Amino acid sequence: MSPTDLALQEAVAKHSDQRVANDFSLQVATVNGSGSQTANLVLLRSIFQMGVPVSGKNMFPSNIAGLPTWFTIRANKHGYAGRKKEVDFLVAMNPETAREDVMTLDPGAACVYDEPLKLSTLRNDVTFYPVPFDKLVTAVSPDAKLRRLVRNMIYDGVLAKLLDIDMAQMEKALNKQLGKKAKAVAINMAALKAGWDFAEKNLSIQHPFRIEPMNATRGKILIEGNTGAAVGCLMAGVTVVAWYPITPSSSLCETLITYMRKYRMDKETGKATFAIVQAEDEIASLGIVLGAGWAGARAMTATAGPGISLMAEFTGLGYYAEVPAVIFDVQRVGPSTGLPTRTAQGDILSIAFLSHGDTKHLMLFPSSPEESYAMAMEAFDLAERFQTPIFVMMDLDLGMNTWMAEPFQYPDKPIDRGKVLDEATLKRIGDWGRYKDVDGDGIPYRTIPGDGMPAYFARGSGHNTRAVYSERADDYINNVDRLARKFETARTFVPKPVVEMNPKASIGLIGFGTSHWAISESRDQLRDETKIETSYLRLRAYPFTGELAEFCERHDHVYVVEQNRDAQMAALMRLELKPEHIAKLRSVLHYNGLPIDARSVTDDVLAQEGLNMAIQRRHAPDEPRGSAGVGGE
Amino acid sequence: MTAPPPGKKLNRIGLDLQPYRGSKTTLCAGCGHNAISERIIDAFFEMGVDPRRVVKLSGIGCSSKSPAYFLGGSHGLNAVHGRMPSVGTGAMLANQNLIAIGVSGDGDTGAIGIGQFVHLMRRNLPIIYVIEDNGCYGLTKGQFSPTADVGSKLKNGVVNDLPPIDTCALAVELGATFVARSFSGDKKQLLALLKAALAHRGTVMLDVLSPCVTFNDHEGSTKSYSYVKDHDEPITDVSFVPSFEDIDVDYEPGTTQEVTLHDGSKIYLKKLEGSYDPTDKISALRALHETSRRGEFATGLIYVEPDRDDFITLLNLVDEPLSTLPLEKTRPPKAALDEIMEGLR
Repeated sequence: MSPTDLALQEAVAKHSDQRVANDFSLQVATVNGSGSQTANLVLLRSIFQMGVPVSGKNMFPSNIAGLPTWFTIRANKHGYAGRKKEVDFLVAMNPETAREDVMTLDPGAACVYDEPLKLSTLRNDVTFYPVPFDKLVTAVSPDAKLRRLVRNMIYDGVLAKLLDIDMAQMEKALNKQLGKKAKAVAINMAALKAGWDFAEKNLSIQHPFRIEPMNATRGKILIEGNTGAAVGCLMAGVTVVAWYPITPSSSLCETLITYMRKYRMDKETGKATFAIVQAEDEIASLGIVLGAGWAGARAMTATAGPGISLMAEFTGLGYYAEVPAVIFDVQRVGPSTGLPTRTAQGDILSIAFLSHGDTKHLMLFPSSPEESYAMAMEAFDLAERFQTPIFVMMDLDLGMNTWMAEPFQYPDKPIDRGKVLDEATLKRIGDWGRYKDVDGDGIPYRTIPGDGMPAYFARGSGHNTRAVYSERADDYINNVDRLARKFETARTFVPKPVVEMNPKASIGLIGFGTSHWAISESRDQLRDETKIETSYLRLRAYPFTGELAEFCERHDHVYVVEQNRDAQMAALMRLELKPEHIAKLRSVLHYNGLPIDARSVTDDVLAQEGLNMAIQRRHAPDEPRGSAGVGGE
Repeated sequence: MTAPPPGKKLNRIGLDLQPYRGSKTTLCAGCGHNAISERIIDAFFEMGVDPRRVVKLSGIGCSSKSPAYFLGGSHGLNAVHGRMPSVGTGAMLANQNLIAIGVSGDGDTGAIGIGQFVHLMRRNLPIIYVIEDNGCYGLTKGQFSPTADVGSKLKNGVVNDLPPIDTCALAVELGATFVARSFSGDKKQLLALLKAALAHRGTVMLDVLSPCVTFNDHEGSTKSYSYVKDHDEPITDVSFVPSFEDIDVDYEPGTTQEVTLHDGSKIYLKKLEGSYDPTDKISALRALHETSRRGEFATGLIYVEPDRDDFITLLNLVDEPLSTLPLEKTRPPKAALDEIMEGLR
């Protein structure tokens, strides 16, 4: 577009007349390693404390210091927590990306920038606010090292003024973020104040975006999905944890370690009621988990795609020897190292059938921190009930980003340890064999080393119902057929999908995991902007349950929304659905490494419905293709 | 306890041999591994170990099939190739009261499993790790393994030109606290070492030269029965006196070293090799290097460190097995969850 476009200039002016309260996204572009995290979280938290629904997404490089990083805060009065495609307010601190960051803004956006970057000449349809950060921070601290740490806090002060964020809330958030470090609080406070004062004296507000106090966050928490899962493991009574550091799963185990050390030391002895091992690799991590699960512990590991690949062989052993194990896969972009710090839902197919031979595995798909918590607990119960590895399919967006959530409910039921043979059961069933299907549900009774019950030799090689080595064809068939039966039984135990059936809708949307947030918002867009009603089914587990076929039955077009290139979940559905249902499936795919956004879903659905008006919307240059790939039939 | 039927030998916990025996071996007739299985049966029986407390673990290969052939009364887990150490680690963390014996081979340990082997040794996990070492892959028909000696010949004439991995030297270096080598054909030494291993708390690494009678027992092989027998060089003569037996051992001062193991048992090590001290790492490594330079296999107890903290102690675990902790001990109270939630508000 031409910078001299008069109509656009008018658009800016017109825009600024209206107040846009609690409905915008703000992006801070910095260099990683520059200590912007504190400033960003203080900003996020202060908006949250003002009662405004908020979410924070960190788009960071696979690097420790020196590469560009973006933190996006979305404040939204409706509670939309998915990524917003458009950036309404930019804080440009990174000289390397500043120009491109500015050029990708939509008309009407606003930009605070580091004065020497001289960005204001780039666009005249964007409101610019130059701030001399170096000059301001020099006045705050004579110490160069400290200056570097608090420089970013200045933009918090500027934004407080420009967006009407209460300085008292900023101070409260700062105290929360920095804890008891009084000296650090004082100097950061001075930086905040310096920013605010500068903005008050020098900047005249030309943009419409404001934060207005609401009452929509009372009682809620701010949390990352990995933390939710960690709390779930803690409450599930996990006893053995083995892990190997890998982004984006590391913080799950690291947070768990912190909580376990605090809440799981035996009161009387001061000793640990758990063992946590940082193993030599992901293979060993799962080996430890399987050894522990076999010997009666509740054991888990957390990893990402590359770790999943390494765990493939052991997963097959766990499936066939029937050993409980809980594996969190915090998915990231592949293949191979892929984009290690970007989000995806790309491990669906590889996990469904992980390992060789005939295997299939249980998967849970949490969408929120609350579900990460609840499903972590559920995963341990299911792993022991079905004596098999189970995968909790998270992703980077859920695991590492900051979400508003309801406080977690204390579990109201005891844990389920599944079919463990005891004297009474042995008496009842008489003749015990480790892999005998006594109850007809495919789930045998297990004994645990050291429990005094009959011993058996577990192995990945062929075995009969008594766990004796066998290469007989009938023994093999009996065994794998029983495993398939067990998987069928699991259909009645795994969490059912959440279905919102709209009787007026001929279009159904299916999603899972973090796509939920974009889908929910997209449904509102479709209804409000184009009068299209939709139904929605949110999958929560594999194997699928009967609700899926029924949902397909009730709609003409069924869009499966997922964050991968190859429509992996839809492919999994095709294996089970009837041809007439398969014919209704279409795909909305988002796989550029950024969290999926509502607009991409809406545009894609409209395009596939033949309603192309939305496609004229400009795609942001960071999403050239693939953000809304058209899949399906 | 009722009186034993006449003729049936019972051990000190009142069990006969039956639960210590396993199913019938499917290994080749004359395989060294079978002799090792028999010594394991003897050692566990004579030490009066309750089979219900034992876990047998293995990787993949001929060696790793053998846990099915001993201690039928014990639980066992045949893991994937080279990864038994991690499974053993998990099992022992779940229940520290278990007695773990893992059986591996020279390929399972030295090739595919070298990473897990290295880290097991570092942890000093309480486990008896036996390598049934024949210098070749038996189950895939005789390829060289990483413990094959330089110059050793395959049946088809191929000569090994890469240096062998000395698993004992590695184990000493990496932190195992009981390192020994033996020969499947030396009943007395192997039995004494296995019994001593049961009295030790920490990682026992026992490399047992165990000739493959089918693929590696020919002229030109340095792991054939006759070659090993001729080059077996005991560097200590091991006598084991269990804690439950009150036996005085007379020895000439200066000739024998007495070591008290974790459970109070004693080993008497008659030195056969100069100034060698099996409680000294450097001395142990020197003895290994010197014997191998002479083309001999140093056997006997090579290194012992009876008092170092094992992995369970290091992790400060409660005394009760983690596997049977009641929910009251593993699920924090509501107040804990409330506190966590409060911190996130």
